Amino acid sequence: MQTFNLLKPNRDNIKNYSIFGSFLVLVSLIDVISNAFLKINLTSFLPGSLTTLFPLIIGLIGLNMMRIDYSGNKTLDLLNKNINTNNFNALLTLLILFSIIKALPQSLSWMILDATISGDSKDACTGTGACWTYIKVWFRRFMYGMYPNEFHWRINTAFILVIALGFVGYFMKENLKKYLALYYVIIYPVIAYLVIYYLISGGSFGLQWVETGAWGGLSLTFIVSFFCLIFCFPLGMIFALGRRSNLPVIKYISICYIEFWRGVPLITVLFMSSVMFPMFLPEDFFMDKLVRVIIAITLFEAAYCAEVIRGGLQSLPRGQYDAAKSLGMGYWKMHIFVILPQALKLVIPGIANTFLALVKDTPLIFVVGLAELAGMLALAKTNPKWLGFAMEGYIFASIVFWIICYAMSKYSYNLEAKYKTER
Amino acid sequence: MNNIIKKFIPQILAILFVVLIFGFLTLNAQTNMDNRGIDFGFGFLSQESSFDVQFSLIEYSGSDSYARAFLVGLLNTLLVSFISIIICTILGVIIGVARLSSNYLIKNSAAWYVEFFRNIPLLLQIFFWYYAALRALPTPEKANAWFGVTYMTVKGYYIPAMVWQNLSVFLYCGLAAIISIIVLRNYANKLRDTQGKQIPVLLYSVALLIVLPLLSFLFGGVSLEFEIPELKKLSKISYIYEGGISLPPELIALVLALSLYTSTFVAECVRAGIEGVTKGQKEAAASVGLTPNQVLKLVIMPQALRIIIPPTTNQYLNLTKNSSLAAAIAYPDLVLVFAGTALMQTGKAIEIVSITMLTYLTISLTIAAIMNWYNKKIEIKEK
Repeated sequence: MQTFNLLKPNRDNIKNYSIFGSFLVLVSLIDVISNAFLKINLTSFLPGSLTTLFPLIIGLIGLNMMRIDYSGNKTLDLLNKNINTNNFNALLTLLILFSIIKALPQSLSWMILDATISGDSKDACTGTGACWTYIKVWFRRFMYGMYPNEFHWRINTAFILVIALGFVGYFMKENLKKYLALYYVIIYPVIAYLVIYYLISGGSFGLQWVETGAWGGLSLTFIVSFFCLIFCFPLGMIFALGRRSNLPVIKYISICYIEFWRGVPLITVLFMSSVMFPMFLPEDFFMDKLVRVIIAITLFEAAYCAEVIRGGLQSLPRGQYDAAKSLGMGYWKMHIFVILPQALKLVIPGIANTFLALVKDTPLIFVVGLAELAGMLALAKTNPKWLGFAMEGYIFASIVFWIICYAMSKYSYNLEAKYKTER
Repeated sequence: MNNIIKKFIPQILAILFVVLIFGFLTLNAQTNMDNRGIDFGFGFLSQESSFDVQFSLIEYSGSDSYARAFLVGLLNTLLVSFISIIICTILGVIIGVARLSSNYLIKNSAAWYVEFFRNIPLLLQIFFWYYAALRALPTPEKANAWFGVTYMTVKGYYIPAMVWQNLSVFLYCGLAAIISIIVLRNYANKLRDTQGKQIPVLLYSVALLIVLPLLSFLFGGVSLEFEIPELKKLSKISYIYEGGISLPPELIALVLALSLYTSTFVAECVRAGIEGVTKGQKEAAASVGLTPNQVLKLVIMPQALRIIIPPTTNQYLNLTKNSSLAAAIAYPDLVLVFAGTALMQTGKAIEIVSITMLTYLTISLTIAAIMNWYNKKIEIKEK
């Protein structure tokens, strides 16, 4: 039997090293867990700062002993390869593990174990944990804003209708497929507008009129981002083509437009729409605030959209242009039948990313007084009956937005992967 | 003839269209302003502003002009952008490198960090830090000292102020150090190109940066003292720290949110840049006998930086534009001071919003122009 050196493991004594090493790592983990969950300090006999460093040192020695190249043990090799390649990595591994263990009990007890969800007033929340009752009571407000409770079905129906109409393309008959682009670019926005106008605004067909000031919550986020998306896409296409045009005037107008909107922050654009825009309208012409905001965001996003589409146009090989021209196609024929169908397919992931940015930007409309989800939170927070629950509100909103944005980014990633292979 | 018509008609139509829109808008604006009795002009900039700003880098009071209020807002915007850019770069590089780590835990924690902070709207993050996280801090009298001399309280972060003697000598020494580093770099590059010799420029540079300013302390009569914030009782229940510098909670919330949010994008740029350098480059460099350090310094980094820098600058630009969200939590930045308070007082909507937008536009276009110049400079010149 060879000498047993603590810091220089070798293959000959593999059993001893791995068992002793994993024992040390286990000890360090048990120490941290008991510290975090049971509030028992197992190493209180050690002096001063050594108590806190104890699990780290023990764990490091343990991991060092387990680090044996080509040990022949599959689990051990996998561990060594993934979390224990050298001392530095081992240290980072331990630090991450320890911080997760340390943070877990606190956040768990706050969010779930000590939290309250029953009851319907502030008095129900007596525990030390989160007060989800607040979210429960305010849920409808967070979703629908100040929209009257008895009419919420109108918003739901409108959304279901609009989404259903969006999927029409999938079920269209083969001989109608050529009108698909026309449908999505022109007919669909108009129908969607009419649906939202007549159902959510009301005012006719026996539906009561609800002014846009009462709209709010998450549904307003969807309405704003939906309209901005469908309007900014065609506008962006025009400016993308304009920027690639060889007519100097059109090219420079497009460049000026794109660079202007890309150079200013959205918040100033919103300020412009709310305080400066009314000055530029004819005297007795009234435009709703929501409409002004949607126009402003559309103009703003169109510039970003244009740059994405331009990227798609640029990535097409020159041969496509030359081939279309050699067939005698003019500018519009060439773009509509050859260039755009290919380029637009390329930019779908980019457009999805722009849309993602748009959804993340919509809470900003709060600064011009539209009570979107962030605005409703600010309102609920200052309600004298519900003071002191800002944390719960923002965590709830963050989770909602995170789920939406994460799903969208994963979707756009999938699209990207899909279209990459097809080329 | 046909060709000329084809070329000119769309252009003339475009010009007409633009002119018509602008004409229509100006006409409306004119009648509207006439009706309301507002006149157009920038004369208000020199008038007395008569409002106060909570936090400013330069001397400012209500008796100063609107132009100075504008400057206060602009400086506050630049301050918060500057601090956030530094923090987000450090964080971004660490996270970006961590995402390429071979360690499963590190790689995935970094990936989740990116997914987490990237997918929550920035405004919500700012609100979270400001209204929820920072409000949970202790009041001044209960605050614990961090590092012994700084205090994190609900009223802000109190740090020691530096009291300099002969600051200019110190600054000149720093300037001298920077100039000598540039000279040294040029010399080293020349030496490498002509004779193939390497000198440890980085080591010398760091040494110069430390030694020269240090000399100024010893011989230049420079001295530095710290003014440590001290707790003072204002009334029975109200305490405050005196002395030192206090960073308002708005600034802290904004810097935290901006740098955490932007660092995810910087991390992605860094990752893409390092992944963008092909493996063959590393192997080729190693096979000509360069040491691992030299491979990193002379082969990988120059190529990776070429990929990393342009999109990262774009993110810095986005950060600067996003710093305008400060208005939502009442940090006195350009938008709040100028497009908020000043606009309310003067009612000059068109002028003030245009000035604000043009300021951001100037910042963006300047940085974009510098970036284009830099890209041209570092472009790989293919024959």
